[in-house]
Amino acid sequence: MGSAPSLGEQDYVRGGATQTAVKILVVGHFAVGKTTLIGSISEIEPLSTEETMTQAAEAVDDLKGVQGKTTTTVAMDFGRLTISDRVVLYLFGTPGQQRFVQMWEDMARGALGALVLVDPERLADSFPVIDLIEHYGLEYAIAVNHFDGAPLRDERALREALDLLDDTPVVTCDARDEKSSAAALTTLVRYLLDRTR
Amino acid sequence: MTGRDGWEPEAAELVRPYVITKGRGLPDEDDLSLITLVTASAEDARRPTRLSPEEQSLLELCSAGYLSVAEIAGHTHFPLGVVRILLASLMEGGYVTTRPPVAPARLADREILEEVLNGLRAKFG
Ligand SMILES: Nc1nc2c(ncn2[C@@H]2O[C@H](COP(=O)(O)OP(=O)(O)OP(=O)(O)O)[C@@H](O)[C@H]2O)c(=O)[nH]1
Ligand SMILES: [Mg+2]
Repeated sequence: MGSAPSLGEQDYVRGGATQTAVKILVVGHFAVGKTTLIGSISEIEPLSTEETMTQAAEAVDDLKGVQGKTTTTVAMDFGRLTISDRVVLYLFGTPGQQRFVQMWEDMARGALGALVLVDPERLADSFPVIDLIEHYGLEYAIAVNHFDGAPLRDERALREALDLLDDTPVVTCDARDEKSSAAALTTLVRYLLDRTR
Repeated sequence: MTGRDGWEPEAAELVRPYVITKGRGLPDEDDLSLITLVTASAEDARRPTRLSPEEQSLLELCSAGYLSVAEIAGHTHFPLGVVRILLASLMEGGYVTTRPPVAPARLADREILEEVLNGLRAKFG
């Protein structure tokens, strides 16, 4: 290190001098499509950052090679979308594991809300994610990432399984598709707006 | 994992960040949140100090426009905690200025949410 990576004009925040940033979290269990969704909407190549994890390691079970260490790094990935000349939106992909407490606090603080990606074939994997979101007091919408592209057959069963409030939005999406991902995000923001009434 | 004589294997990994940051403490997290936007200050605002190579590198990165703290960490591959400390030091010397994100109290502002909603609709239909 010592020399800065050279960036292009498009890497910088457009109109940065007048911009204020907001963020929305994209959360979900392992391999549910978080990075894919962020990449389909982001105007920059998704980036990732590392954070030092300092908490006790007994909860660290399935990360190879970190057993017994008190320090390791975890990655979160994120993308950016310039909304206007006043607002720039960042999307942060957050793994749903309880052990990333420090990172969750960092991510949740100041977030507008969260889009929770759910795989209908692995609903139970989403329970801890939703618990975390609620723990941090974040408003959220559910985006069902249908890997086979089929319509969601039984929304009521899904709502029941995830124990959702009646007004929590549930949408289906294909995280690889820009419009579909954006529609899920739009549903979340409209819901957040409704909540302010 | 403490060895027989108290030697900690992971300590070595921590030495470098410590050196880079000259042992400074962590800045207030709200000052340099993940989405605080950072850019280099005008030359005349800078107090003449000797910058570390890492501070110099961050300053260069921020010279061509605004980047969020998270993006600075992403581009440099420095851990976020280290980036925060380096930026705090650069701020202290007047080398960089920041644009804080929307204040927590304003997060539920209709104005901001409407702007985001309209922006998404305009971009993606
Ligand atoms: N068929 C299909 N595949 C998808 C969809 N979304 C994601 N994938 C694929 O599923 C895999 C995992 O997607 P990622 O975006 O990496 O998931 P992630 O949630 O970021 O995963 P982790 O960060 O490892 O937790 C990738 O190979 C994607 O290409 C989808 O909507 N349909
Ligand atoms: Mg991912």
